Amino acid sequence: MNKKIVKILQQNARISDAALGEMLGISAEEAAAEIEKLEKSGIIKGYSVIVDDELYDNSTVYATIELKVTPQRDCGFDDIAKTIMMYDEVESVSLMSSGAYDLAVEVKGSNLKDVALFVSERLSTIDGVLSTATHFILKKYKEKGIFIDKEEPDERGLG
Amino acid sequence: MIVIDYDKVLSNKIKGIKPSGIRRFFDIAGTMEGVISLGVGEPDFSTPWVIRKAAIQVLERKHIVYGPNKGIAPLRSAITDRIKKKHGVDYCPDNEIIVTVGGSEAIDLALRGLLDNGDEVLVVEPCFVCYAPLVELAGGVAVPVPTRIENNFKLTVDDLKDKITDRTKLLILPFPNNPTGAVMTREDLEPIAELLRDTNIIVLSDEIYSELTYGREHFSIIELDGMAERTIYVNGFSKAYAMTGWRLGYVAAPEPIITQISKIHQYGIMCSPYVSQNAAIEALKECDSEIVKMRDEYNVRRKYLVNEFNRLGMKCFDPEGAFYVFPSIKHTGLTSEEFCERLLYEEKVAVVPGSAFGDSGEGYVRVSYAYSLKHLMEAVRRIEKFLTKLEGEKNG
Repeated sequence: MNKKIVKILQQNARISDAALGEMLGISAEEAAAEIEKLEKSGIIKGYSVIVDDELYDNSTVYATIELKVTPQRDCGFDDIAKTIMMYDEVESVSLMSSGAYDLAVEVKGSNLKDVALFVSERLSTIDGVLSTATHFILKKYKEKGIFIDKEEPDERGLG
Repeated sequence: MIVIDYDKVLSNKIKGIKPSGIRRFFDIAGTMEGVISLGVGEPDFSTPWVIRKAAIQVLERKHIVYGPNKGIAPLRSAITDRIKKKHGVDYCPDNEIIVTVGGSEAIDLALRGLLDNGDEVLVVEPCFVCYAPLVELAGGVAVPVPTRIENNFKLTVDDLKDKITDRTKLLILPFPNNPTGAVMTREDLEPIAELLRDTNIIVLSDEIYSELTYGREHFSIIELDGMAERTIYVNGFSKAYAMTGWRLGYVAAPEPIITQISKIHQYGIMCSPYVSQNAAIEALKECDSEIVKMRDEYNVRRKYLVNEFNRLGMKCFDPEGAFYVFPSIKHTGLTSEEFCERLLYEEKVAVVPGSAFGDSGEGYVRVSYAYSLKHLMEAVRRIEKFLTKLEGEKNG
């Protein structure tokens, strides 16, 4: 049940309890209760909006920063990751397994300079950060399973 | 300038065949902007990657040849293994199987192989649009056998028995059904089999939707005593594995039938596409879990639509198979053609009039759920708006 609900919500988190219930063969009240359970147990962390920034706010800049860091005794990479994730500019922080770098940090800023300064003044100065490599994102084609650039094509035609 | 009277050139038989009612409708829809369609009869999923990968390997490593008329041997074996596993019936891969260009070719082979001029074919309706025209092209006479909503569009002996004459050669049994989504269970099929056992009537069982049933496993009439002997079993890869464009189906039947109808295939088609055949082996061997995934997804959409149409007052029985729902529009007072045309022009939603699937489909529309939930939800929103408007007209 959990898997089915999450799968539907990932496609459309704004679906009504009634419609969700219909899809699962349960009542609207039961559907609402299931969602509440998922939220309370921490499986569902939140709901977010996926926007096309080219239409919404053309000046927004995203960058992926590769960070090499020195892991610390007892807590490995967690401590540094926790420091980094506290910044509002940071959209996501992930620990990577490649060996080439350790943390992948996605940063959002209102312009190129903001992001560059954030990296040089805030990220690279954190204790334990050995080096940074910044990759600016030029265009997003797909995010969280949603086509950004244009509608997913349907080659079947109308019928 | 050379003037040709094409009307004289063309055969009367072909000129007498009606063009598909579905086509006409979607030609109109195709000229409009912003239409959302619930019209297609093919999966919205991509062919599972392992199947595509197998095809790429064939393209890279093999000569793409004709192959044997009846299909490549490993595929024929995989098909008979599959039927054995699903239905417990043995077919000989060498003599009782032909791999065809889709299920449609298999149907055409069966009809052309069995019919002489004037032979009658019982066509269970509502049904897919191809049967009656193919019967007529083969020289036969299509005798509609309407099914009814009271029986959830299942075929009953009562529907059938008055239609049988001395000239009846075939019964086309299309379950799980397009367009109604109806299925036939063992209990539903037993009386039909009982009726046919003492006759020379052959069953053409079109089971192309057999992998898409919800809540129960598909049951085939070939499983019943004495029925494999009198059944031409048709299935294919299009719906189960999302492989419509690969054009691959198959027919299983007793050897005397296969021996004769394979001549039509041999002379008219030669053999089915070689790349597709090689890839299809992978489908049969490796893709059971993919089928389950797609079926689960279809089922969520199915439940949603059935509930929504009932909520909107478009009475909709619970279809247990295929990927269609077949809600009633009788309460609107419109014919299904009128309903669909207005819905298309006024709210830009394309669904198919039930009448396109036989007279017994009048009063219903076919809605495909081979679409994403997002797409279905938008369509429902528009249909609700349209119904509200119709209601207003009635009261105003």
